[in-house]
Amino acid sequence: MSTRAEPNLTVANIPRTPGGARVDLVLMAEMVERGAKVLDVGCGDGELLRLLGESRGVDGRGIELSREGVNECVAKGLAVIQGDADTDLADYPDDAFDYVILSQTLQATRHPRVVLEHMLRIGRRAVVSFPNFGHWQVRMQLLFAGHMPQTDILPYSWYDTPNIHHCTIKDFRQLCTAIGVKMEKAVALNAWGSPLRLNAPWWFWNLFGEQAVFLLSRKG
Amino acid sequence: MVEANLSSPREAADAPREADHPHESLMVRFGPDKPLKLDAGVELTPFQIAYKTYGTLNAERSNAVLVCHALTGDQHVASLHPVTQKSGWWETMVGPGKPIDTERYFVICPNVVGACMGTTGPSSINPATGKPWGLEFPVITIRDMVRAQAMLLDHLGIETLFSVAGGSMGGMQVLQWAASYPNRVFSALPIACATRHSAQNIAFHEVGRQAIMADPDWRRGRYDLEGTFPRRGLAVARMGAHITYLSDVALHRKFGRKFQDRENPTFSFDADFEVESYLRHQGISFVERFDANSYLYLTRAMDYFDLAADYDGVLAKAFKGTPTRFCVISFTSDWLFPTSESRAIVHALNASSARVSFAEIVTDKGHDAFLLEEPELFGIVRGFLDGAGKARGLTRGLAAKS
Repeated sequence: MSTRAEPNLTVANIPRTPGGARVDLVLMAEMVERGAKVLDVGCGDGELLRLLGESRGVDGRGIELSREGVNECVAKGLAVIQGDADTDLADYPDDAFDYVILSQTLQATRHPRVVLEHMLRIGRRAVVSFPNFGHWQVRMQLLFAGHMPQTDILPYSWYDTPNIHHCTIKDFRQLCTAIGVKMEKAVALNAWGSPLRLNAPWWFWNLFGEQAVFLLSRKG
Repeated sequence: MVEANLSSPREAADAPREADHPHESLMVRFGPDKPLKLDAGVELTPFQIAYKTYGTLNAERSNAVLVCHALTGDQHVASLHPVTQKSGWWETMVGPGKPIDTERYFVICPNVVGACMGTTGPSSINPATGKPWGLEFPVITIRDMVRAQAMLLDHLGIETLFSVAGGSMGGMQVLQWAASYPNRVFSALPIACATRHSAQNIAFHEVGRQAIMADPDWRRGRYDLEGTFPRRGLAVARMGAHITYLSDVALHRKFGRKFQDRENPTFSFDADFEVESYLRHQGISFVERFDANSYLYLTRAMDYFDLAADYDGVLAKAFKGTPTRFCVISFTSDWLFPTSESRAIVHALNASSARVSFAEIVTDKGHDAFLLEEPELFGIVRGFLDGAGKARGLTRGLAAKS
């Protein structure tokens, strides 16, 4: 699961708000109702959990793969346990949380579909953010330079990347349809961290969104 | 010589007398109107609890922290031990400005039932006979210890504990507290422990008990009456147990194959190796402060501990709907209570939707790491208690403002 605790892994250069918080985290926090019970899967150093606690008054819990990340979180007073999204979500009972969050981690899981299904079993809603592999810079690098893309938010070489399941915004929407979840909200951010025009068509998001944030819920 | 030391009877003034008249401790006696109901189906009455407190209880009575000691620990958690004259067993963790900060929290540390430092145990005088209980003392459990501690808190007028903390057998008490009295425990810190003793744990304890009982000076537990003391047996029990508290790496780093005060092997059974000398020293110093029958009773209590068994074998039921915040901590090189045991606790707590943190600390110091200088442990305990303190509305340095 999270690779976020390790120095500058999946999210090397995500833009920040004037307040210093990562824009994607602020966006995710805004999708969560005040006072909700939240599980952050792959919570890294706990930045989102802290933001959720401070700005939304949520009862937050976290799972984090890296020992350093966990110990840092616990020392900050956050309720975080060491665990792996791919194996440990199965241990959580149904409906234990209002929201389950997966921030910049989906592409690093072994079984993204299973993880997503567990998230919507454990929580009523899920919030997922991921880097968009359909972004024009990614496409250009593969098409014209002929090598695996490396960008600000995907800084790895092909041989040492923790990201093993890249997807585009289009791919993710298809997965949501395949497992029957409802997309309540979606936002794509450009390379400067600004949301793209909401009325823009999906192909535009898929080309110009560097990352995407989805709020999902169970159907029916 | 070690042999000579171990075969002489103990001084009349040492540890057993602490059993009835503890030094440097507070004490509460519970008369016949307040018996301790034991899991063994009998009542212990009258009985007494020796304890120590540090810091100041605030006006709201909301800053009390109960520290539960391990198998051979006692109430002298953060002050000089009256028998050994050594510093408290957890002075790295408990004290002014320490992670369990006595300038913020009111720390209570009771000696457990069955022990030998002032709380009623097998070396205490049985009021019915006027002689030490010995093996007439009823077998006690971790739950009995916790029940007695709850009576102490009632006596002190403390309804809710801000936190309960302890390692090893102390951690078992922490888990039992959270299961038995969820509404009296705001936060819980079970460290290097498990919800049950494994077959291997029981096996090691049995070796220790057999060592004591094989000592002719044990006299079927009546050594107090017959003027003997099973020094050799108790020392061997301690030596064996002490190995389980360390790790292979730590032992090797500390001693390797180094010889003790000599260049070459003596081709005898002297303590040629430093590690032998160290273990003998551990054994000898232990018998100066600990009672052999207490060792039997307390190891038995740990063996019987199986929290899930009290809840139809489903551990999660022990914590169903718990309001307590937990911080579970384990150590990578602890093979006595390995991380897998702590993970089982965490899984059960998750299944109960409890608010739980879990950290595994990298160290090669083995089970004893919880008692040693481990900065990461201190950071985690401090952070966890700070977070819980905010939720509990404890203000910083409330007792230190004076």
